[in-house]
Amino acid sequence: MVKNKVIVVGNGMVSHKFCEKLSEKSKNFAISVFGEEKHPAYDRVNLSKYLDGVAAEALYLDEESWYGEQGIRLHLNKRITHIDLENKLVYTQRGETAAYDYLILATGSSPFVPEIQGREKNGVLVYRTFDDLDKLRMFASRARHAMVLGGGLLGLEAAKGLLDLGVEAPGVLEFAPRLMPRQIDSAGSRVLAEKLEAMGMKVHLGKQAVEITGKDRIDGVRFADGSWLPADMLVVSAGIQPRDELARQAGLQVGPRGGIVVNEFMQTSHPDVYAIGECALFENTVFGLVAPGYDMAGVAAANLCGEKKAFSGADSSSKLKLAGVELASFGNPFGSRSVVFEDGNRGIYKRINLSADGTKLTGGILVGDASQYNMLLQTVANALPVPENPEELILGSKGTKAASQAAGLDMLPESAIICSCEGVTKGRLIEAIGEGCETFDALKTCTKAGTGCSGCVPLVKDILADTMKKQGKYIRKSVCEHFPYSRQELYDLIKIHEIKSYDEVLDSFGKGEGCEICKPIIASILASLWNEMVLQRGNDIAQDSNDRFLANIQRGGTYSVVPRIPGGEITPEKLIVIGKIARKYDLYTKITGAQRIDLFGAHLNDLPLIWEELIAAGFESGHAYGKALRTVKSCVGSTWCRFGLQDSVSFALEVENRYKGLRAPHKIKSAVSGCARECAEAQSKDFGIIATERGWNLFVCGNGGLKPQHAQLLATDLDSETCIRYIDRFLMFYIQTADPLTRTATWLNKMDGGIDYLRNVVVNDSLGMAAEWEKEMECLLGAYRCEWKTAVETPEIRRRFVHFVNSPEEKDPSVAFQPLREQKMAGAWPDQNDR
Amino acid sequence: METVTETSWFLACRVEDTIPNGGVCVKRDDEQIALFYFSRQDRWYAVQNECPHRRQMALSRGMVGTAGEEPKVACPFHKMQFSLASGECLSGGECRLKTYRVKVADGNVFISKN
Ligand code: SRM
Ligand SMILES: Cc1cc2nc3c(=O)[nH]c(=O)nc-3n(C[C@H](O)[C@H](O)[C@H](O)COP(=O)(O)OP(=O)(O)OC[C@H]3O[C@@H](n4cnc5c(N)ncnc54)[C@H](O)[C@@H]3O)c2cc1C
Ligand code: SF4
Ligand code: FES
Repeated sequence: MVKNKVIVVGNGMVSHKFCEKLSEKSKNFAISVFGEEKHPAYDRVNLSKYLDGVAAEALYLDEESWYGEQGIRLHLNKRITHIDLENKLVYTQRGETAAYDYLILATGSSPFVPEIQGREKNGVLVYRTFDDLDKLRMFASRARHAMVLGGGLLGLEAAKGLLDLGVEAPGVLEFAPRLMPRQIDSAGSRVLAEKLEAMGMKVHLGKQAVEITGKDRIDGVRFADGSWLPADMLVVSAGIQPRDELARQAGLQVGPRGGIVVNEFMQTSHPDVYAIGECALFENTVFGLVAPGYDMAGVAAANLCGEKKAFSGADSSSKLKLAGVELASFGNPFGSRSVVFEDGNRGIYKRINLSADGTKLTGGILVGDASQYNMLLQTVANALPVPENPEELILGSKGTKAASQAAGLDMLPESAIICSCEGVTKGRLIEAIGEGCETFDALKTCTKAGTGCSGCVPLVKDILADTMKKQGKYIRKSVCEHFPYSRQELYDLIKIHEIKSYDEVLDSFGKGEGCEICKPIIASILASLWNEMVLQRGNDIAQDSNDRFLANIQRGGTYSVVPRIPGGEITPEKLIVIGKIARKYDLYTKITGAQRIDLFGAHLNDLPLIWEELIAAGFESGHAYGKALRTVKSCVGSTWCRFGLQDSVSFALEVENRYKGLRAPHKIKSAVSGCARECAEAQSKDFGIIATERGWNLFVCGNGGLKPQHAQLLATDLDSETCIRYIDRFLMFYIQTADPLTRTATWLNKMDGGIDYLRNVVVNDSLGMAAEWEKEMECLLGAYRCEWKTAVETPEIRRRFVHFVNSPEEKDPSVAFQPLREQKMAGAWPDQNDR
Repeated sequence: METVTETSWFLACRVEDTIPNGGVCVKRDDEQIALFYFSRQDRWYAVQNECPHRRQMALSRGMVGTAGEEPKVACPFHKMQFSLASGECLSGGECRLKTYRVKVADGNVFISKN
């Protein structure tokens, strides 16, 4: 069979999407792609990350080899210079020719540089490609006065990029009297400008640049009002100019202000030639966003395959993606009948516009808090009814957030486009979830939702959770017969409803009397959420036996006592105290495998007395009995060791003292080594820290125990503060999402995407949870109190530490010991004695 | 014909000494009895404190709950479970706990002597 030859000019985002769609639909085409850049198609939307140090390759939409695998011939570094419509040929800049049956123009656009005198000067830059950013970086390293011309979405991104590169107070020049004039109103602009200035930018409004001054190199900008500002670099971001030069020269119809004219099937004035993406002009509009471009790619691919699919335009709702500034504009931002909310104190401005009869939402603006963006966008797009008090849309309703959210999701029709970048509907998501994509990652891989600008991610997650719930998925994962929920669902329920006792959880969400499975799970969740003393509020009966008596039970019914010895460092005085107490209460002592001292063989009745003495000497509970932080082992490190690179003992102490008392789905252990020789065995810990010349390497998800597993490297050369921040996030993520009694290694083994995913969450904050987790961790740690201290000081708790309720002084007479070397051991199991 | 024996009772403790939805251990001469109070249903159970599995004096420190309607306790040592109503082992063991009857009067908790 002879395949139809398709040539695509340009290898940008839309070209890539077209290749993907066409090769997916049909194998009857021989596709060749010509791109003038040296990189294969990359994620231009996230181009600014390149300035943050993300490698160019990491932004590629697919590896170069992907094209080959699809049977597509990719020619990079080859510009098409000429089209011969009659003979259906294209020419490259080197004079090569290639023949086509169908030609797809996906040439994108170039930055529009207004005709200002002096614009050719050295130091006048644009912001569109990797090459542009390389140049920008070079100039920024020497710039003293940097300016961005244009206060739109892109201009602000460029200014933030400059700021991140260390340029001081980059200026933003905007001709209009407000920022982002096409997306937001004056009030929104005011709030936004304040935020940007607080970040370190300088905003100049109503400034029309008329001349770029300087000899060969720019030294300043002169304005229409006669004023002049110094500038040794100027990034021009004043809009886009569709790249229609090829089409123009070939005689295809173009718009008066540029853009290749297309019909609803993406055909140009010549039916075998299509144009898609930012170079296309549809109904007098060029769409400068990726979502409509992707839509066009799908339409063109469908039409080549004989389907009659039509493009119906797009709106230009958008969300700014500047770290630290939340801003969104959707539908018609300037409509009438507006409801406006402004909180000058917190820098929040929200505006929604209603239809003339007040029943529908037509658009709006969110500055400072864009969390409602997705739902509002959906409300406009699907013409959902607005509540009786429309202000609830921006202020939140009186009912619980969760309930109104779920109700909102229900109102969305199946056809609602959730991810506009990829055109993924709610129906498609639900279908994919039904087919088994039950994690966000799986759903993302399978539907591509959330892979573009990632603005829809929160909504996709809500739909996932909601659908799973509706499909009764929680039944499958329910913890036991008393609760139809998974651990994570219980965690969320308890958190949302702020419940603090097991009994209340059972009464609210469970049935029956509970059991030995759900009790410790819920007790652990309560402890992880609120860090209250585990024996209070009647929660003692829900604790696992060892937690209930704050000690490990041993053969024969006595208990062990493990005081915390952070980092394994202990003074002679404290050693003496331990020795004296052990002698007084006749306890067996042993150095544990985790660098501390265990005192075995304590009667239940003696526990409070022993702890009272330990506490008086400055000891605290070591939580050897809890699903909690155990020890942070250390090696001696740079204070004594000739190889030590950092002070590992001090850092181990800091880490142990920080996380002591933190409860989790399973126990957590840590260690800090002073160099790569790794004497503290950090790589076998839930989180391990190893010193480097420049700071610390952080390893996570290792353990010894039943199934040893080495920890994996999460991040390198961290300063102590960053290291702690990453551990905070890592631990909160684990605490929130791990199944009961799952160590971090097993948790990671089950995680889709593995360590790369985890790294993305912890280091790159891909879930946007970092700030919240850090805050939650601070709250938890702030609530820490030594629980043994509380136990001995609280009479109602202390009186539980007796063997006989009707003879409190008497110890359990059945306890028996046997001599062992100069100490003793627990008696044999009585049933074996008998034999 | 069934012989009706008069139950004789032993005063174990006060209601406020017990733990709602948990257990305490009561000493009667050389015997140890685990006493449980299910406060939601206002039901009381008493069984031998010694776990028949490895003969540990531990059942009063076990965790209580239900399996369906059956009230039960799990031993803290190896999590063997026993019915508090019948004393039967619910974890497939042959062993069975001795059970006692409980009555409450004027805030006093009594355990049957046999
Ligand atoms: C005392 C100690 C042994 C010793 O004499 O050295 C010990 C004793 C117990 N370990 Fe351990 N482990 C001790 C260090 C370890 C270590 C080594 C370490 O921490 O560096 C490991 C392997 C490292 C790890 O966990 O990754 C270890 C892996 C376990 C495991 C298996 C965990 C796993 O994920 O596979 C269990 C069982 C469990 O937790 O479910 C366990 C459980 C236990 C329990 C709590 C069993 C129990 O419930 O009674 C033992 C309590 C004895 C008691 O009466 O106190 N112990 N245990 C050590 C106390 C350390 C401390 O100071 O807190
Ligand atoms: C910094 C930045 C941030 C952005 N942020 C967002 C955002 O948040 N949301 C959003 O929706 N959009 C955003 N955009 C816009 C988005 O990137 C574009 O809408 C999208 O890339 C358009 O895709 P395209 O394929 O049409 O054009 P392009 O991606 O520009 O691809 C066109 C390609 O064709 C090549 N080409 C042109 N002529 C020829 C020729 N004759 N021969 C060979 N090759 C040729 C070009 O070199 C280019 O590589 C952003 C853009 C930038 C620059
Ligand atoms: S290895 Fe086994 S026997 Fe030794 S302390 Fe740990 S749990 Fe007990
Ligand atoms: S001693 Fe009770 S279960 Fe083993």
